[in-house]
This record gives sequence, C-alpha cells and structure tokens, in this order.
Amino acid sequence: MRRGLIDILELSVEEIDELIACAEDIIANPEKYADKCRGKKLATLFYEPSTRTRLSFEAAMLELGGSVLGFSEAQSSSVAKGETVADTAKTVSCFADIIAMRHPKEGAPLVAAMNASIPVINAGDGGHNHPTQTLTDLLTIKREKRRLGNMTIGLCGDLKFGRTVHSLLAAMSRYEGNHFILISPDELKIPEYVKVEILDTGNVSYIETDGLKQVIPELDILYMTRVQRERFISEADYVRLKDTYILTPDKLKDAKPDLSILHPLPRMNEIPAVIDSDPRACYFKQVLNGKYIRMALILKLLEVV
Amino acid sequence: MRIGTIVNGVVLDHIPAGRGMELYRYLKLDSLEYEVALIKNAPSVKMGRKDILKVSGDIDLNLDVLGYIAPGITVNIIKNSKLIIKTHPKLPDKLVDVIRCNNPRCITSCERELSHVFKLTDAESRTYRCIYCETKAERAKGF
Repeated sequence: MRRGLIDILELSVEEIDELIACAEDIIANPEKYADKCRGKKLATLFYEPSTRTRLSFEAAMLELGGSVLGFSEAQSSSVAKGETVADTAKTVSCFADIIAMRHPKEGAPLVAAMNASIPVINAGDGGHNHPTQTLTDLLTIKREKRRLGNMTIGLCGDLKFGRTVHSLLAAMSRYEGNHFILISPDELKIPEYVKVEILDTGNVSYIETDGLKQVIPELDILYMTRVQRERFISEADYVRLKDTYILTPDKLKDAKPDLSILHPLPRMNEIPAVIDSDPRACYFKQVLNGKYIRMALILKLLEVV
Repeated sequence: MRIGTIVNGVVLDHIPAGRGMELYRYLKLDSLEYEVALIKNAPSVKMGRKDILKVSGDIDLNLDVLGYIAPGITVNIIKNSKLIIKTHPKLPDKLVDVIRCNNPRCITSCERELSHVFKLTDAESRTYRCIYCETKAERAKGF
C-alpha cells in the first residue's frame, strides 16, 4: 500500500493519469462514489491557516461518505503543549484512517508519514511541497486542454518562493513537447537548483523574461502566482515587488482566445476581479477541481476504488 | 622522516596535501589521549604530495564521515601490528547526524529527537540534500 503522498514526484506519470481519470469519473458520476468512504475518517491536521486546502479536503471526504476530524490551528492542539509532529502522528493514527497535514516547517509531513501507521498527505509544508495543488493544476489543465503535453506554459510572478510553481514545473516537465516561459523580476527568478535539477537535467525547453505583455500571445496556459508577504524578510522588498505583474484586460487583448488562466489562490492584486468574467479565467474552476482530485487521491490511498 | 610503527591503531593515508589538519580537527583527535602523528607534505608517487595521519590506539572511526569529508583517502586499520583492513571510503548514500541542516524553516530546527538525515543526490558534484527540506548540505571546509 502507498504510504501517502509527500512530494508530487513520488507519483509516476501513469499514476497521475489514473488519478485524473478517476477524478473525471467522479465529476461525471458523483453518485457512484457517494458511499465509498463510509465509516472512514480523515484527520485534517492544519498547523497554519488555510481556507481552500482544508475545506477542499474536508468536502472531498464528506462527498465520499466519510467523516472528518482535526484542528485548524496549532494553538488548539497538543502542539501548544510542546508535542512533536512524530507523537501527534502516532496519536492520530489511533483515531483516523488517513491524515492531511499542513505545517509551516518544511518536511513536517514526511516526519508524520515516518511515524504514522496510516497514509499521510502533505497539504503544504512551508515553501516546500504542495502536491495536491499540483494535482489540482494538472486536472484543470487536462480538463481545459484535453492534454498535458505540447503546450507553451507561462509561469508568472514569484518564481523564487512559489512552491506551486516548482512542483508544477517538475510535473509538467515529464510530459512531451512542453515549453515554459518563466516571467518574473530578477529578484524573484526561479532558483538555480530548480533550473539545474529539473529543467537542465530533463532537457526541458524554457526561456526567462521579465515582461508579461511581450510573451502573452504565445501562451496556452498562464499560471499566475501571488507575491507572498510571508516569504520576505524585508517588508520594503515585499512592497516594492508585490504589484510587479498585474494581469489587466489590456494585457489580455493579445492573448490566444483559448488561453487558460490559472492561479493557486489566494490572489492579491495580480488578477483584478474584472478578469473573473473572462471565459479564459479558470482559477475558480481550479478550486472545484481541487476537491475532485483530492477525492480521487483519498480513494487511491485508502484503496477503496 | 620516521614515525614509529603502530601496534593497534589507524593510518589515514593519501589525504590531499595541506588538508590533514582539517581532518585532524574534524575527527576531534585533539580530544583523544592516544599518540597522534600528522605528517604534512609527504612525497607521494600518486599525488605528488600528501598528508598522513597516524593514530595509535583503538578509535571508533565512522567510515561514512570519512567518505563524506575526504573521499579517496586510504584507511588502514592495524591490530597487533597487522594490517587487518585497508579501505577507501566511498561517498555514503546517506548521512545520519553527521551534518546538520541549517535551514531555519526545516522541521529539524524544532522537532525534538529528530535525526538530521542527508541523502546523496548527485555523486559527481558530491551533493547531499536534507531528506526533509531538500536543502543542500554545505561542504566541510577544504574538502
């Protein structure tokens, strides 16, 4: 049995394709899955705030007929008394069938997985991994384009600290014919190790630029990201860079009519609300897709498909 | 230059010239009460010049540590005046509690009793990464 999911690269391309197929079947036939997890419990252990991810996991389990327990901030758990992640994982294993964990420290879900007797899903560990967001992105791209290869994909904004960008690059690099355009200011460029270990090692086609408007006509996918306040040490640097890339209707004029605009959310100023009504905006569909792919993942890890 | 032979102990040979002292410090040989000899810039057919460390006495050597900080050196272990092991420690696949993760955002910075574990991710560049946060290990100085 798979022990859980900590890093998107633990899944083979075939396993990802299976999960996407399962999610699409859930979307088409929700009633078929309504009782699949009856009697099963998901523990959501969220050591830092989250709206989308936690509710998405909880909605996923509830729609599978299962139930949910857990906490949504560290202060309401034994962590406040100094309990380790390892002990929490062992304890929760006595009460639940599967764990979804978000933690501000990188690697915490791996520590949980090493100590739990039930599968652990990484629901985000600091700026490190967020595999179910990547699965969400992949399902959304598949549903919008009916393919995961042979596309030009623009990744825009904070490419340095944005964990979703690194995971998406790693996952999409495994499909043939993808070309990446990395759009960011110098200060937020993709880290060197990501270039070396993902892009150069995999002979992935990419260019780097600091201008969104110039490259937007080429894009099939535009993946926008938030410049995250919590990743900056200096408030002045954050303020200087936060509005660097704002997607305006003017910039979209030259974009392809079938461009798909994705964003992991929450957004700040980078996508104004006026864009929401554009048929190319996919970020709220992405939120919904997140629930379906998490349903598929829970089914796979609990082996109840 | 002549240094007495060892009855029981270890000879670390083929240390790159000038690095013997760093290895001496890394192995904390100054805290041992055994006889220790450091020979610097000894002539070597293979290396031109090399350093040699001789330690007389039973010491507990961690070959993984040696393989990590000085791959390619020769480790000779001597018992009752006989050479019983001659080995060239290789880069180990995994290091447990040999180096520490310096990333303040890593779970190792706050979780009690959690070992610092690094995996070899690229043998050519001798790159080790923390298994928890994937931060690259900083090399031991000079090696």
